[in-house]
Amino acid sequence: MAHDHEVPELLDDIKTPALKPGSMGHLAPYPATEKHMKPLGFPDARVPDWEKRAVEKMGEMLKKYRSLQVYMDICVKCGACTDKCHYFLGTGDPNNMPVQRAELMRSVYRRYFTVGGRMFPGLVKARDFDEETLKQWFTYYHQCSQCRRCSVFCPYGIDTAEISMAAREIMDAIGVGHKYTAEIVNKVHDIGNNLGIPKPALSGTLQFLEDDMLENTGHEIKLPLDQEGAEVLLITPSADFFSEPHIQSLMGYAKVFHQAGISYTISSYASEAANFGMFIGSFEQKKKIAKRVAEQARALKVKRIVVGECGHAWRVAYSFWNTLNGPFDYLDPRYPVPQHICEFTHDLMQKGALTFDKEANDAYVVTMHDSCNVARASRMGSHPGGQFTIPRDLIRATCNHFVDMDEDTIHEKTLCCGGGGGLLTDELMDLRIKGAMPRVTALKRVMDEHKVNFLALICAICKAQFNKILPMYGIPMDTVGGVHQLVSNAIQLGTNKGIV
Amino acid sequence: MLTFLTYAVLVVFVAGFVWKIALYARSPAPLLIPTTPAPVTYLGVKMRLMREVVFFESLFKADKLLWALGYAFHVTMLLVLIRHIRYFFETMPPYFEEYQIIGKLAGFAMVGALALLMARRILIDRVRHISSIADHLILLLFLGIGGSGLLMDYALRPDIIAIKRAMTTLWTSPEAALSVTGPGDVLFILHLIMVAVLLLIIPFSKLMHMDGIFFSPSRNQVDNPREKRHINPWNRD
Ligand code: SF4
Ligand code: SF4
Ligand code: SF4
Repeated sequence: MAHDHEVPELLDDIKTPALKPGSMGHLAPYPATEKHMKPLGFPDARVPDWEKRAVEKMGEMLKKYRSLQVYMDICVKCGACTDKCHYFLGTGDPNNMPVQRAELMRSVYRRYFTVGGRMFPGLVKARDFDEETLKQWFTYYHQCSQCRRCSVFCPYGIDTAEISMAAREIMDAIGVGHKYTAEIVNKVHDIGNNLGIPKPALSGTLQFLEDDMLENTGHEIKLPLDQEGAEVLLITPSADFFSEPHIQSLMGYAKVFHQAGISYTISSYASEAANFGMFIGSFEQKKKIAKRVAEQARALKVKRIVVGECGHAWRVAYSFWNTLNGPFDYLDPRYPVPQHICEFTHDLMQKGALTFDKEANDAYVVTMHDSCNVARASRMGSHPGGQFTIPRDLIRATCNHFVDMDEDTIHEKTLCCGGGGGLLTDELMDLRIKGAMPRVTALKRVMDEHKVNFLALICAICKAQFNKILPMYGIPMDTVGGVHQLVSNAIQLGTNKGIV
Repeated sequence: MLTFLTYAVLVVFVAGFVWKIALYARSPAPLLIPTTPAPVTYLGVKMRLMREVVFFESLFKADKLLWALGYAFHVTMLLVLIRHIRYFFETMPPYFEEYQIIGKLAGFAMVGALALLMARRILIDRVRHISSIADHLILLLFLGIGGSGLLMDYALRPDIIAIKRAMTTLWTSPEAALSVTGPGDVLFILHLIMVAVLLLIIPFSKLMHMDGIFFSPSRNQVDNPREKRHINPWNRD
């Protein structure tokens, strides 16, 4: 409920707040229970010798991740990152400054793994891994959305997201897990998607949407499920099947496939693009979840894989799939594996396979939120930065009115929606509201100055987060929508059909 | 004795440095995690690292004041170090005389930049909050080294010829110990001790950022996961 939470007042510009030590110290997520930890291979409750186990686990991780080893060592505490995290900007809690978040682990690292920390803990700020430390870890490593904004500005590229993930994995190893994310990972393994939609319900929904599109467009646009031999396997976040405004983009994808005349299928077994293995920081879980996709690509004998609008999912797909479950040598080598739906549509557009009526979106003045994981952890197209130009090209091709937000808040400097990194859960609502403040400030400005009324996104989590948060800031819910929602509105069906 | 210790410190420094580099080089990088937009070729990555090291590109994006101070400090330190070359050779090419003035100016600028960096660390509440005693001490150490250097140059000159002789003849005639004849020589010994402490802590402190940057996966990886399969060394299949 909006009135349960204090919503920050929006200023004209994003201001660096004064320090409010401990102001977010109370807000930890719900801990995971035995039911969700055990199936993932984690201890079902906090292990008796947890202090020792945690330090051992940290030692293992340091040997497995160069990122962690280097990032633990080389921060010079210059402070360049201190005003870059949206959670700090929104809360003023110094533990939400990236360097200080990292210090929660680094101080433990120094205590057990460095000469200085073993000999002079007071001098170098080294601390034992004890009850208080664990409490702070659990709290503040769940106040990081792994958005990597800090890593853009750090002179050494120190990526606090890596450190948060490692911290979460260490906590999992001693039986201290996060309920929301652990539960969801279980659902993927049990049912195939984060929402826990079983096949009959999924096929029912797809059927319903097909009927809906037939009625509205007069065209038989298909949303095929488990169709062997299709050209393309479409992997999309399961929110696209059930949530608003996500569904609008799903229909957009379907229309693009229909219009291009390219056969495709959704898979019920791999009905999820999201990969919450990221959020719990576990390599093994990332791999296991992504494996479902590779298996389905073989089983359904497709030639290409296209991924729908989702931020971290695209990071996992683009950056990690090949390592986790590659090589994809059984797919058509003429296309990148995987391909983003925006790349896919953009490609077709350039080949002249699609026609758009921009006037269909004339009611909108559009701006674009670059989703962090797409912006700072992946690419589209063949050139660096394609992840910024390709979606914007699509928007410009389908809309007459487009403006960008302040340049310090877009592209690689984009501000997180506040709900990423496995924090999209109700008990963290206060954090989500405050963390969204910087992004909403920039949005509000273009709304006031340019009458913007549509925030285009390519991330399922961002969509869900903004859908909930924007109304609290007095911005209508239907301001939020996918890039393919705009495509869906503007695409001309039946004209100039197909190219394949 | 002091000369001998100096060489011992150098050995520890080099060994520690090499050990850390080996540690970084040997730790595996399981996944590709460059901060994007990132270069898509190896050459591009080399350019990116070059821009980071030569221009402090990311820092420039982050904070212009800090960039200016940090940059001034690092560049002037380099200039000052170059000036020190003349203490290690019998004769110097004549054009090096011209360099003296640059080196001297750099010395002042370096101490000035350090003082401002120190002020910044104390005055900005966010930066003060993240600083440990060690962070302040390291700055003080640099200030001490720079300050004693300036003093030797302008106030209390030590007997440079004698020092040079003592240092370079350590192996051939170890008995040629450093002779302390004036306050300048004491200052020199202080200067030397502080440099030795600095060298000793480099491999074991945040000062390893000087080579860590080359191993930072978010900066040194090529953004080509789809084009070329990256193998996780501890999970190959
Ligand atoms: S910008 Fe990098 S080096 Fe500077 S304090 Fe932050 S993490 Fe440390
Ligand atoms: S990754 Fe994002 S949320 Fe996490 S510390 Fe960095 S800026 Fe903040
Ligand atoms: S949910 Fe969206 S904005 Fe937030 S971290 Fe993920 S991609 Fe970034």
